[in-house]
Amino acid sequence: MSRLDDLRGPVPARAHDARAIAALAANPGCARRSLLDAAGVDKDAAARHVGFPAPFGQSQFAITRGNVFESLVKENGCAELLRLLRELMGLPIEQVGYRDVESVGSHLRASHTRALIDRAARESEDSAVFYDHPLLSLRIAGHTSYLEPDVVAFRLGGRFHIVEIKSFSVIDGQAEPEKVAAAARQAAVYVLALRALLEELGHDPELVSHDVVLVCPENFANRPVASLVDVRRQLAVLRRQLARMTRVDRLLEGLPEGLTFSLEPDADGVPTRSAGELAEALRRVPARYAPDCLAACDLCMFCRDEARGCGSTDLLGRQVRDQLGGVSGMDEALGLAEGVREPGEGQEEISRLLRLADRLHRECVA
Amino acid sequence: MSALTALARLRAMREGTAQRITTVRHCHVSDRPMVFVPVKMAGEAAAPLGAMVGTDPDHPRLLVVPQPRNRDLRFAFAAELAEVLLPYVEGFQKATETVERKGGEPYERCLEAPQLLVPNRPAAEFTGLLGRSTRFRRADGPYPVHPSVPLLGRWLTYFADRSRQPGSSLLLAATEALGAHWATGQSALEDANLAALLGWIDPPAGTTGQRAAEEAEDPLLWPPAGPATDPGFDNEVLAPAVQAYEEAPTDRAVARVAEALRTQLEPTWRLMWRSVELLRALPEGSRVAGRWEADRGSFTRFVERIAEGGPPQARRDGAVGAAARLAGLERARASYDVQRAYDDPLVMAEYRLTGEAFAGVVTAVEPEHFEGEGRSRKLRPLVTVRTDDPVRLAPGAAVGSPERRGHGAEVVEVVEVAGTGADGVSGAGAGGAGGGPVEVVLKVTKGMGRGKTPAPGAVPEPGERVCYTSLTDDFQTSAALPDPEETPWTHGGPPEEYVPGDDDAQEEWE
Repeated sequence: MSRLDDLRGPVPARAHDARAIAALAANPGCARRSLLDAAGVDKDAAARHVGFPAPFGQSQFAITRGNVFESLVKENGCAELLRLLRELMGLPIEQVGYRDVESVGSHLRASHTRALIDRAARESEDSAVFYDHPLLSLRIAGHTSYLEPDVVAFRLGGRFHIVEIKSFSVIDGQAEPEKVAAAARQAAVYVLALRALLEELGHDPELVSHDVVLVCPENFANRPVASLVDVRRQLAVLRRQLARMTRVDRLLEGLPEGLTFSLEPDADGVPTRSAGELAEALRRVPARYAPDCLAACDLCMFCRDEARGCGSTDLLGRQVRDQLGGVSGMDEALGLAEGVREPGEGQEEISRLLRLADRLHRECVA
Repeated sequence: MSALTALARLRAMREGTAQRITTVRHCHVSDRPMVFVPVKMAGEAAAPLGAMVGTDPDHPRLLVVPQPRNRDLRFAFAAELAEVLLPYVEGFQKATETVERKGGEPYERCLEAPQLLVPNRPAAEFTGLLGRSTRFRRADGPYPVHPSVPLLGRWLTYFADRSRQPGSSLLLAATEALGAHWATGQSALEDANLAALLGWIDPPAGTTGQRAAEEAEDPLLWPPAGPATDPGFDNEVLAPAVQAYEEAPTDRAVARVAEALRTQLEPTWRLMWRSVELLRALPEGSRVAGRWEADRGSFTRFVERIAEGGPPQARRDGAVGAAARLAGLERARASYDVQRAYDDPLVMAEYRLTGEAFAGVVTAVEPEHFEGEGRSRKLRPLVTVRTDDPVRLAPGAAVGSPERRGHGAEVVEVVEVAGTGADGVSGAGAGGAGGGPVEVVLKVTKGMGRGKTPAPGAVPEPGERVCYTSLTDDFQTSAALPDPEETPWTHGGPPEEYVPGDDDAQEEWE
């Protein structure tokens, strides 16, 4: 993996979380992102250095609200969570253990989580335990990522459940679909990681339930409400995408000698390499830009600018791409439509459609 | 998305400016709309920070919640919003017209209706949430609020519900209204930014749409149009101002929050009125007035419901109510799509592209063609239309025409025109399903009058340019649904009658 270290340069590797993995799975064909993530490059810092900072920021109001809500659910050894789970699952859980995995210090958290989960899976007695701040790991494209689910609950109906605490509201039984979908994708990453761990320990991975517990504020108050979310579909998508994801070693093979995305800082904390050099290095690895990147990837503005530079129809979104039947360039598509370009092989059909669309348009605006 | 719109987006990208995708306007724009630009606190479902609202572009009213976490201040905000919105809405209730209807009692309908304009879809949703969090409140009991608050809640809920109805213009989101008429050279996701969208449509002199849109993405130049605020603004400007109010709730502290919010709301306020101007400048489609009439009818019914003392809208629909709402939305969608196509050749072109419509020149007419014998002998004029469009209509298909209301015809046959290679029309782009032009023989079945010969003008003349389509906007009866009391057990059985209780009125809003 020393090649990956070269790519990152002499700076600490950046770990990526479940949200990043879920986003990665959303665009598995992007070699640039795969490679930067695998090498642990700080994409946010890289984007800022090349002059295309990501448009993401978080309001302190939202952060405060999230923290307040999470501590409300977790306070007193997850007492509130216990009440919610009793109601939700109709379980006669009398007592519940509480283990804060964070108590051992960060460097031991992963192995401590591993030992605790191993013991829990072995023990046959039916006592419930909440594991707070567990640390799981998942190997993605030959690279280990560490993940921090909010809480892992065991044993409710004999299985492990991932508990995800989110501060968006459920109003009259409904929440914003995009937010629920994002939470489900994120939770699916945890389920996958926990299953991988159990399998590695020689236990049945199916001990981890595909129903995750989503805890959100109810209506306009701070009172939490729990719901079960079935993440089987997200799991299937995630598994397929991760398997399809271009293997990092294959990506490494094609790279030019000496390529690096190093952000090594000088004494003042400013990266020693010029922005131009870094941008040049980034351009050596192909990206696959889509407007969805704007919500997920730190490098989105850089890649969008690049796509604009070459007049790519990727800029207009997948719906437009679908209509253009795979014609990837603006000039090419317009050339076909306006009849100044001869259709290439396999383009006869789409060319006919575009020419017809162009004729109809001219007729209507004339 | 059709290939036509995709092509328009490509052109917008090349030209650097937005392209029209309609020839007319398909939404109603009121002479006196009310613009409402709300902002909410990040991380909260429905905690208002403030709003800019009003009917006069030069005199917006700025409403502010100096400490958005304070429940009393939120209700004070709601009461203030009610002060602006309710008189506006009530102003349309007095003047009515009597509408006669076939086989029914005549009824009254308001001559005009209010129109609320918000920047984007999330603002429309937020309007609904504000309505949801205020409509169950009471002026008496343990947590009394100003009597106008629950009424405001019902109106906001009504507007938000109505905005989900295709073709309704009672509440319009500016980005959606503009996006329905222009295609930009960016993605639909980026079009949700009002400043960027307007940058493409109406770039400042000396710059391209693309440049203007790029500038619009800088939150310092163009604050987001809400309801979410810019996180940088929250952290650097708003939070300290709210903190100062928390420490000393003086008028000065309130003014500081108000000024902070004004910087965020004013640019959007101006963009909203610019959007109104741009939309007004488009010629109105001929069926817009009819849809607005339906809006006026809906508005009148809701006024009556409130006057009769009906309960606030339930939290959730029952099974029958939900099915009826869904069926209604589907009918509205289908009808809106057809009406737009009939009003607008550029929308109709999308159906010509898929073969559901065709346009061409009449080559032959047999106006006194009859079918049947004796008493069942019927006038069925034959019309032959030559078209280059790829017709995908089978013999027997019923078609209508945008040029003639009430006119109906049936496809008799579609014949390929032989020997067209010579005139150079054939080849890519031109032609019927097989590639070349076709002749469509139609028999007219409706809209000829009762005489032995067709009424003048009822049958197209040779040489006339016509368009026919299988899309029809015929009246569809509503789905047959049982009464709520008859809800079958498969759907949970008859629902309990919804009576808003004390719990609803006292619900926390923290």
